[in-house]
Amino acid sequence: MKIIVAIKQVPLRDSPLRVSSAGLWIDEDALSFEINEPDAYALEEALRLKEKNGGEVIVLCAGPERAAQTIREALAKGADRAIHIETGDLNSLDTLGIAKILAEAVRSENPDLILTGLQSDDLGSGQTGVVMAELLGVPHSTIIMQVEVDGARIKVKRELEDGWFQHIGMPLPAVLTIQSGSNKLRYATLMGIKKARTKEIRRVTPADLGGAPAPVAGITKVYAPQKQKQAQIFEGDAKTAAAQLVEKLKFEVRVI
Amino acid sequence: MSNTMSVLAILEQQNGQFHRMSWETFAAAQQLAASLGVPVEAAVIGKGIASLAAEAASKKAAKVWAVEHDLLESYTADGYTIALEALLRKAQPALVLFPHTYRTRDFAPKLATRFGSVLVSDVIAARIENGAMILVRQLFQGKLNGEVRLGGGSPQFASVQAGAWRADSLEAAFGDPAPVETFSPSLDAAQIRQQPEAPFREAARAVDLTAAEIIVAVGRGIGEESNISVVEELAKVLGAEMAASRPICDAGWLPMERQVGSSGQTVAPKMYVAVGISGAIQHLVGMKGSKTIVAINRDANAPIFEVADYGIIGDLFEVVPALVEAVKKAKA
Repeated sequence: MKIIVAIKQVPLRDSPLRVSSAGLWIDEDALSFEINEPDAYALEEALRLKEKNGGEVIVLCAGPERAAQTIREALAKGADRAIHIETGDLNSLDTLGIAKILAEAVRSENPDLILTGLQSDDLGSGQTGVVMAELLGVPHSTIIMQVEVDGARIKVKRELEDGWFQHIGMPLPAVLTIQSGSNKLRYATLMGIKKARTKEIRRVTPADLGGAPAPVAGITKVYAPQKQKQAQIFEGDAKTAAAQLVEKLKFEVRVI
Repeated sequence: MSNTMSVLAILEQQNGQFHRMSWETFAAAQQLAASLGVPVEAAVIGKGIASLAAEAASKKAAKVWAVEHDLLESYTADGYTIALEALLRKAQPALVLFPHTYRTRDFAPKLATRFGSVLVSDVIAARIENGAMILVRQLFQGKLNGEVRLGGGSPQFASVQAGAWRADSLEAAFGDPAPVETFSPSLDAAQIRQQPEAPFREAARAVDLTAAEIIVAVGRGIGEESNISVVEELAKVLGAEMAASRPICDAGWLPMERQVGSSGQTVAPKMYVAVGISGAIQHLVGMKGSKTIVAINRDANAPIFEVADYGIIGDLFEVVPALVEAVKKAKA
């Protein structure tokens, strides 16, 4: 089966974030980047499905030149080839615009399955996979923990709220958004890293794909949230701060 | 935005019970409709939902839509999208509000795409500026906020975050209940590609965190599994139950039944001590009702300090052992 995995490159978790001078995004100059965590789980699921059912895994990524590093890492883990939609201004597009260029990039591939993470760690809109499915006219399901292939159909385990789950069947081709933690992630092997250097990365531009519509909902301002509640912070070294906190908990909050 | 068009709240129900966020969404719709000077409407979707629609009609609204069809008994993304597309073409709202639930995340982006629009998801605040709607949502897992200006035609789509609007601010109908209009979309079984089975729970929960008076919860900051014992020591001296954020349970460092958050348990103990937890919204919704919240984190800008009453900013491997000693001394 042919599986496309749509991944995004995002700032390293716990990066110090500074709003850019234009106030429309963050200052990216000093940051390092990595694969969006839920997308890493989508890639893992794709590689496992290939190991079980045979076929091909193709990585799809829209982003600037630096995204090539994240694409190489995915190839080193075992993806067969990649499509890199090179664009320096992802943030000028909205969800529909991004999903449209991603959908156009995979249309001629006729994949059986498209996987992506359930949301990105930066924008967190959680919609790219669902909108791609609608644009491609295929069924979808979201927040998926497990995928079983059964001929031309799949059965997935979808996470619901409050510890509930549900199995859902649907025909292929389909789009699934994968939940973090659904599998244990693999590391790239030395052999994998070596092999990745020779794997194909096809570069295209949004213009090659017919471009994206003007955004309906654009970000007009980014800022640090104002604290709604002022936590009382205990200062000093660990011992001093701990002693002050415990005194508060014992004599005022009365929980000790 | 035209003056004649409404703000429409999509209420979520399952097996005849409203999702608690339905009322928050309805309240948000009432407030935004009032500031736009337009009517508010609400919609209930399902099979045999007359009594739910009547319950919704007891709130202040110009109309409640009962979207009825046998094929809407169980939720499917395809069924809901087709039914709601038909409703929106008839009702022609200016703005459609959803509760930001797992279900909304599954179908609302698809619905918005059918109107050439996008869903602005997980909104925490909204205001009108020069006639345009400005919506505020969180970026980078709550570390920053972003404002989104809604442009383009109607309808526009937004989902609201749990707790961002208060259910108790929902206004009741003044006098007579709102009129209920039944809407039966044309829907064919062949159009629904997803075949859902009955929801299930993995296993009976052996640990009921909701009964705990004190909870000590550990997050990603712990670094590795062997370090968990550092935090367990604190739980022991406090007489607390151990809990964790999702990544810790995903990694198998603590069992899933100790997970607090939107996919785990919702707790409200007398004291919740969050150790090395940054405070992504998925975790906060599960614990922000706690009476006293203590946060220990290296990052002074971590969103957990937004909900904390007391905090220590520092290395948990120094702070937690110091706390253990201080608690022992206080109890001696």
